[in-house]
Amino acid sequence: MPPRLKLSGITKAYPGVVANAGIDLVVVPGEIHAVLGENGAGKSTLMKIIYGAVKPDAGTIAWEGKPVAIANPARARRLGIGMVFQHFSLFETLTTADNIALALEGERAGPSLPARIRDVSAKYGLPLDPDRYVHTMSVGERQRVEIVRCLLQDPRLLIMDEPTSVLTPQAVEKLFGTLRRLADEGCSILYISHKLDEIRALCHKATVLRAGRVTGDCDPRRESSSSLARMMIGGDLPHPQPRTAQPGADALVIRDLTLPADDPFGTTLSAIDLTVRAGEIVGIAGVSGNGQKELLAALSGERLLDDAAAVTILGTPAARLDAGARRALGLGFVPEERLGRGAVPEMSLAENALLTGWRERMVAWGFVRAQTVREYAAETIRDYGVKAGGPDAAARSLSGGNLQKYIVGREIRQRPRVMIAAQPTWGVDVGAAAQIRQALIDLAGSGVAVLVVSEELDELFEICDRLAVIAQGRLSDPKPVADTNAEEIGLLMAGSFIHAGAEGHRAFSPAGVLGLD
Amino acid sequence: MRIRLVARPEPSRLAKWGSPLVATAAVLAIGFALFSAMGRDPWHALYVFFVEPVDTLYDVGELLLKASPIMLCAIGLAVGYRANVWNIGAEGQLVMGAIFGGGVALAFHGAESPLVLPAMLFAGVAGGMLWAAIPAFLRTRFNANEILVSLMLVYVATLVLSLLVHDAWRDPEGFNFPQSKLFTQSALLPILVQETRLNVGILLALVAVGAGWLFLRRSLVGFQMRVAGLAPAAATYAGISSSRTVWLGMLIGGACAGAAGVGEVAGPVGQLLPVVSPGYGFAAIIVAFVGRLHPVGILFASLLMSLLYLGGEAAQMKLALPSSVTGLFQGTLLLFLLAADVFIHYRLSIVRAPAPAARAA
Amino acid sequence: MDHAVQLLLLTLAAGTPLVYAALGELVTEKSGVLNLGVEGMMLVGAVVAFIVAATTKSPWLGVAAGMLAGAALALVFAVVTLTLQANQVASGLALSLFGVGLSAFVGLEYVSVVIEPIKPLAIPGTPDLPVIGTLLFGHSPLVYLSLVLFAAIQWFLFRTRAGLVVRAVGESPQSAHAIGYPVVRIRYLAVLFGGACAGVGGAYLSLVYNPSWVEGMTAGRGWIALALVVFATWKPWRVLAGAYLFGGVTLAQFQAQALGVEISAQYLSMLPYVATIVVLAVISRDAATIRLNAPASLGKPFHPDG
Repeated sequence: MPPRLKLSGITKAYPGVVANAGIDLVVVPGEIHAVLGENGAGKSTLMKIIYGAVKPDAGTIAWEGKPVAIANPARARRLGIGMVFQHFSLFETLTTADNIALALEGERAGPSLPARIRDVSAKYGLPLDPDRYVHTMSVGERQRVEIVRCLLQDPRLLIMDEPTSVLTPQAVEKLFGTLRRLADEGCSILYISHKLDEIRALCHKATVLRAGRVTGDCDPRRESSSSLARMMIGGDLPHPQPRTAQPGADALVIRDLTLPADDPFGTTLSAIDLTVRAGEIVGIAGVSGNGQKELLAALSGERLLDDAAAVTILGTPAARLDAGARRALGLGFVPEERLGRGAVPEMSLAENALLTGWRERMVAWGFVRAQTVREYAAETIRDYGVKAGGPDAAARSLSGGNLQKYIVGREIRQRPRVMIAAQPTWGVDVGAAAQIRQALIDLAGSGVAVLVVSEELDELFEICDRLAVIAQGRLSDPKPVADTNAEEIGLLMAGSFIHAGAEGHRAFSPAGVLGLD
Repeated sequence: MRIRLVARPEPSRLAKWGSPLVATAAVLAIGFALFSAMGRDPWHALYVFFVEPVDTLYDVGELLLKASPIMLCAIGLAVGYRANVWNIGAEGQLVMGAIFGGGVALAFHGAESPLVLPAMLFAGVAGGMLWAAIPAFLRTRFNANEILVSLMLVYVATLVLSLLVHDAWRDPEGFNFPQSKLFTQSALLPILVQETRLNVGILLALVAVGAGWLFLRRSLVGFQMRVAGLAPAAATYAGISSSRTVWLGMLIGGACAGAAGVGEVAGPVGQLLPVVSPGYGFAAIIVAFVGRLHPVGILFASLLMSLLYLGGEAAQMKLALPSSVTGLFQGTLLLFLLAADVFIHYRLSIVRAPAPAARAA
Repeated sequence: MDHAVQLLLLTLAAGTPLVYAALGELVTEKSGVLNLGVEGMMLVGAVVAFIVAATTKSPWLGVAAGMLAGAALALVFAVVTLTLQANQVASGLALSLFGVGLSAFVGLEYVSVVIEPIKPLAIPGTPDLPVIGTLLFGHSPLVYLSLVLFAAIQWFLFRTRAGLVVRAVGESPQSAHAIGYPVVRIRYLAVLFGGACAGVGGAYLSLVYNPSWVEGMTAGRGWIALALVVFATWKPWRVLAGAYLFGGVTLAQFQAQALGVEISAQYLSMLPYVATIVVLAVISRDAATIRLNAPASLGKPFHPDG
């Protein structure tokens, strides 16, 4: 039997980077094949090439023994290739059934579709309501829509791009069950991830990418995490220096913070309480879309509240102050989106220093002191090891990791006394991630109160002193990291701490949303 | 093989400043073709259109005279556009400035005080700002689209002016024509260069250019407005109030347009008429873009725009061509500019059709 | 009673150009493209329709020419924004300014030309109504056609797969691209359709509503049509209702004269513009409704990468 998919010498270059360089890959029927690599290793580009969304510069693709050119995703689907995207390719204002119909052709999208959706979702344990609007769903439910959409096309190769980043540990187990069952039925699965434990638990084979090249082929069940890590990053995974927290006075106090969603697709925050003391790192875990975005906006001052005392920064009620005024009180904030929020992509690093740092003597009589701004930027670049062309380099010319180091450095150098970081290492390479984590740990060591919101449980367990969980707009009581474990946090992430009848509500009911009356 | 657009890693400065020149050249080419098609000697027509209007001192004075209101309006608009505040109602704000300033002139008709002109300017600026405050208020308070509101207010302002010159402010000795009394000397801007009509309004416009440059390139608030335009989420993150951005963007635009309105009625027009501007407020939109929203660029672009107006008049008088060719050229200029701007962020690349299956690895 | 019937007919007549222009823009916007050039497309549609009708003596050829002219202008916009990635707001403004200039230029020699207008459908049994000037062409076939267009768009957008695809593209071009839809091509078609509709709206003005060509004769209707789409929260039936509402407002002038009300014409002329502003403010204040109904990618450029 020929392999289901055989890639030979796939090469793809973008201006400035070679995303894939001569990649070979063989997937046989019924195999769960991991493609492992850290951020920027070229995994996503390779998958887009297989799915026909990106055209390779060179190389050949053979499907079940025959050479093919996959010109577009529709062609890929006709061959029997399905893909579940990391950032879902769903339409929020449409229903599950409409979303699925859009990906199916002709007859398959007909009136029998809702029934078939129910069949498939029952068979594989992926419960779905065909008539629900996507924007009313949690991320986990959305992923189910994507998977069911693929399954209805009878795929012979299913590509899963970082599927577990939106799931609780328990939901990951369920997903693995579904995937194993699919593989048993003969479907091949390409599983993209940078999480070593998952790959060892699930996959039959692994191809490791580093900087666009294949650096290893192995059976991950026989490898250790550290041997996989060496193939992935060319060295051992860095671990931060341990530290004992000696918490001081209350620095950031959140009291009964309640905030209705301002966006119909958003989450309402209900009665959130949390205290972060000077010198400690408190983490907030949770599946994305459970109110993290809203909570961070309320803490940073990007959204104002009516009750000034809902957020207290160093003793000053601050919930009615805007982001600038909160900075003046000693708040530093590293947002989740680097480009477009934490930094202006088109502007230089110097101008991006001015963005939040202008209180650092960068302005006189209303006018900008350009020299001071440049010096601040140059020092930040130097002190935080940012690889950049200098203060005049545009923010968007930096890699994710380097820009994040710059933003973190910019915030820390303003000497905040309360620091909030959202997804500080999301999409960042391993080296930069370790550096950023260490910077946050050192910051806490110097007596700053640090709050980290992250979807990466491993990261939170590594750097936090206490951990709380956000689910459906509510926050669990924080627990010392030493007294809890991933399993317990996972249950909290699924909302186990929310009492019956006190369910967090989403802003809109599924009915009558588009007014398609 | 086909041609494809490929993103540049860095925006091209050459393309950024080259594209207005490309657009100007395209307008000349279109003019050439158009004049030929209309049976005129194209070289002569282009000469009449683009050279003859500026071949005497008086004509240069006219060029600068017409450029002044356009420059003023465009500077004000550029500040807003930089911040994504789309005020397209400068024409209406200009008319309101003319009404307010003209009102002062009529109220102090015959007064010899040197304070009349400053009072007119003050009133005109206030009028323009008032008119711009309406879309600013509706945008910040009700989230109403400022493009549509400011544009609707152009029609309203024109009708208000029409109402006044037909009725309350009509010159009783004006043979029932819809026009006000002619302003007296103290309400007219002093002539700057003898033997021309050029008045001190051009100085006002040049001051606006300088102030605009200082504000946008050197001040913290100007920087923050640019941030708001480039990345609204970054502006909110940095604590830059979006209402302040909208208010500033609209009010600066309104103030400049209002001043331009005073410049017209206290300058070449000299009284209130049903129409006080041949669309300077709209031409300023084009000038703002052609000038790359940069004060110095706007300085040059407004001279070009002024030349288009003068050329249209000359073509009508000397070649019996319709003066509306000006409007056609204006629109063409902006469209070509926007099209040429693609090369700021993209470059052309010729790609061979990928045929991976046919090629050996 | 006669008066009320007549008012209704006049309202239909006055609202029809807005129905065409706003329905066309609605489809364009549903695909995620904001074309602010409606005023320019209407004007060019009006002038080209008028010239062709005057030259060929066939008003229907004029309508077809107006439609094509609107679409041609929209094509310019599509090339600039969809292929060349220019800012949609600036390009739409440019298109409007260009359309104003172009229509004034080509229409110059036709300003005082008289043409044979499109005749109202002769419906047997309809009693003769008193006529006020040329205003009673409300029976024009183009009025009925606009209602057919409304029904067709409603059906297309919400009952057909192609309509679903258009909505999906407007909602998330990235997702539509990822699952294999030709986003740019679909947007081209939507923009061209919008232009064609605006062209017909313009043709209606110069051939039916006020059979003549006057510079700038749309008098801001293109902009009002844009406001109507927001006002209608992107629902065709609300576009229809809004168009007639505004049609009625534009009639206030004539009604006041007919009723002998002493008020300056300028005040009445201001009404449609002021009404647009007020309605826009009232509708827009409900940000959540706008967010839910506005195509999520409206006005944002999309470049299929790779």
